[in-house]
Amino acid sequence: MPESTVPIEFTQETFDAFMATRDEPNWLTDMRQSAWKHFSSLPMPSRRDEEWMRTDIRLFHLDRFGQSETDPSDTLPHSVLGGEIEVAGMMTSKNSQSLEMQFDPELAAQGVLFGDLESMVNEHSDQIHPHLMARAVDPLYDKFSALHAAFWRGGSLLYVPRGVVIEKPLCTLSALGENQIDLGHTLIVLEEGAEATFLAESHSMPGCESGLHVGAVEMLLAPGSRLRYVNLQEWGTGVWHFSHQKAVIDRDASIQWTIGALGSKLAKVNQHVAMVGPGADAQVNGVIFSEGKQHLSYHTLQHHEAPGCHSDLLYKCALQDDSRTVWRGMIKVDPLGQKTDGYQRNDNLILNPSARADSIPGLEIEADDVRCTHGATTGRVDDEMIYYCQSRGLTREEAVRLIVSGFFQQVSDRIPLESVRRALGDAISQRIREYE
Amino acid sequence: MTETLKIENLHVSVEDKPILHGVNMKIARGETHALMGPNGSGKSTLGLAVMGHPGYQVTQGSIELAGEMIGELAPDERARRGLFMAFQRPMAIPGVKMADFLRHATTNVRQPDRKEGEELIPMRQFRKELREKMEQLKIDTEFARRYVNDGFSGGEMKRAEILQLAMLQPRFAILDETDSGLDADAVRLASQSIAAIGGGEMGILIITHHERLLEHNRPDVTHVMLGGRIVETGGAELADELHRDGFDRIRADHPEAAEQEQAMMLKEAVN
Repeated sequence: MPESTVPIEFTQETFDAFMATRDEPNWLTDMRQSAWKHFSSLPMPSRRDEEWMRTDIRLFHLDRFGQSETDPSDTLPHSVLGGEIEVAGMMTSKNSQSLEMQFDPELAAQGVLFGDLESMVNEHSDQIHPHLMARAVDPLYDKFSALHAAFWRGGSLLYVPRGVVIEKPLCTLSALGENQIDLGHTLIVLEEGAEATFLAESHSMPGCESGLHVGAVEMLLAPGSRLRYVNLQEWGTGVWHFSHQKAVIDRDASIQWTIGALGSKLAKVNQHVAMVGPGADAQVNGVIFSEGKQHLSYHTLQHHEAPGCHSDLLYKCALQDDSRTVWRGMIKVDPLGQKTDGYQRNDNLILNPSARADSIPGLEIEADDVRCTHGATTGRVDDEMIYYCQSRGLTREEAVRLIVSGFFQQVSDRIPLESVRRALGDAISQRIREYE
Repeated sequence: MTETLKIENLHVSVEDKPILHGVNMKIARGETHALMGPNGSGKSTLGLAVMGHPGYQVTQGSIELAGEMIGELAPDERARRGLFMAFQRPMAIPGVKMADFLRHATTNVRQPDRKEGEELIPMRQFRKELREKMEQLKIDTEFARRYVNDGFSGGEMKRAEILQLAMLQPRFAILDETDSGLDADAVRLASQSIAAIGGGEMGILIITHHERLLEHNRPDVTHVMLGGRIVETGGAELADELHRDGFDRIRADHPEAAEQEQAMMLKEAVN
């Protein structure tokens, strides 16, 4: 049931009161202070800003949301990514406050840290300090990153020491109550040669639609490490979702990063992979299905800072009703990035004539010996395909469902985890309705 | 009484251009008919219209399947009543595995009253049957895991169409140039397969240029189409003659239809 919310006004008094409750290392206090100062001095982004040209947030009011204390007896939504499989750890949270936690003690004995970032930051300050908003996400990037850096709470930490290989996935599930704020921060650090799979999903509480997420995800991959990261967001269609997400990938390390974007009223996500050591590899997958009046905007950057790195991005969007998606993708190659192999592709499938997909690929190349290519397609479901399916006894609806599922299959084929493929497949097929 | 597929005085237009000008044909189950004629005479149009392609408007006439008028039905409802067409150029459906597609199709055709979302044929039973059919047709079982017609060679597409015919076991099948793109051996295999699948139970309309496809499927009736009309109907010997001598005699004997053919080709060229 939706609970009553006392909205927070983000004023100096609120910030001071918030800080008075904190008992944190000095470096973190300083970071919050500086971010708060920055936040106060910045205006809200407007459509005059290049990044916000296509994403109108004039209807967004920061002072409509609040944070209630969480009742530990709340029943959270079922975990679709980690609920049916054996996991190495599982943590749940609501409104960025940690609720339940389980974690394989053998991994803990090997020095792996997994859990609520907020409550671990004191004890593990030395391990967290060099990484938290220091190497990946810039707290001063914009109004939302500054707000996040000043007020972040809860969140999740995965720290895998050198050479430790974790076979089973680590999962987090976060849920958002009516008109609540999620300010969770995700920090994943893999030391040299470490390997892990991290499945993160976010939902609204049953019956809740509205809310605010101002989040950040940071992944730091030391040489030779491997990370699979999946982020499925299925928030209610009244949630404002602002997120800065960045992976920094060092020499011969590799990441497979899959985003499933289904929920929220408006999403503005910056997804950034930086390859900073030779031979780094990034595969980025996006599955986006929008409906109603949703506006989902994803800005991706594949930044080749070192030579001989490989990046491969595939974003697939299906759009229903009056929804809109924006994909703005950039491959940036620094002068050092010789022998770069970069690829980006975005395919959009328009299921209703009043939906609209913007697809803006871009290349910015400062090295002369590179291979960088991109492609983008936008189209409707082919009537000849529907007829062909119908001639085999499938109804028009079944045909469209099958064709749309097939459209996403190319991304699914890249994902080795059965539970992720199934969760995405189920979510997609539940969504497909009429096709005009 | 034997069930029939009866086409009467069928007129069909595509984008308001008349293509068929009153076609009559009656196929009983167990019969094999050959439909021959030069390119552009309207053979594929007949097949597509009978199957219910939304781009082909029936402006006059009727299509009757086992006593029921089906001209107003959606293609899937026709398929569920036992009609099948093997396409000359089947569509690729990227991302949809052949096996999943066929399991869906087979379930719907065998259980015509199935509603969307109801159970499909049990996976185990379906797989077994599919494997058997693939072995009979000498199709690599790897085929089942590939995406429907996606990246298939011309020959593979035709074999996939025959596999679908074998799985769906329709009452009436229209095979549109199922021999094109196949080499001689493959045509022989296709020809044998069709005969075996039909098993004397199916009414088959074969649209072909190729003698070999008819080798194992001697037509009971041969129709010749010209300028959107059936101008001659005969037995197997008519098919033999056309293979041997071409369509010159037909054009000479049916000047009006030949003129129509010229006009249609001219219009096509202008467009």
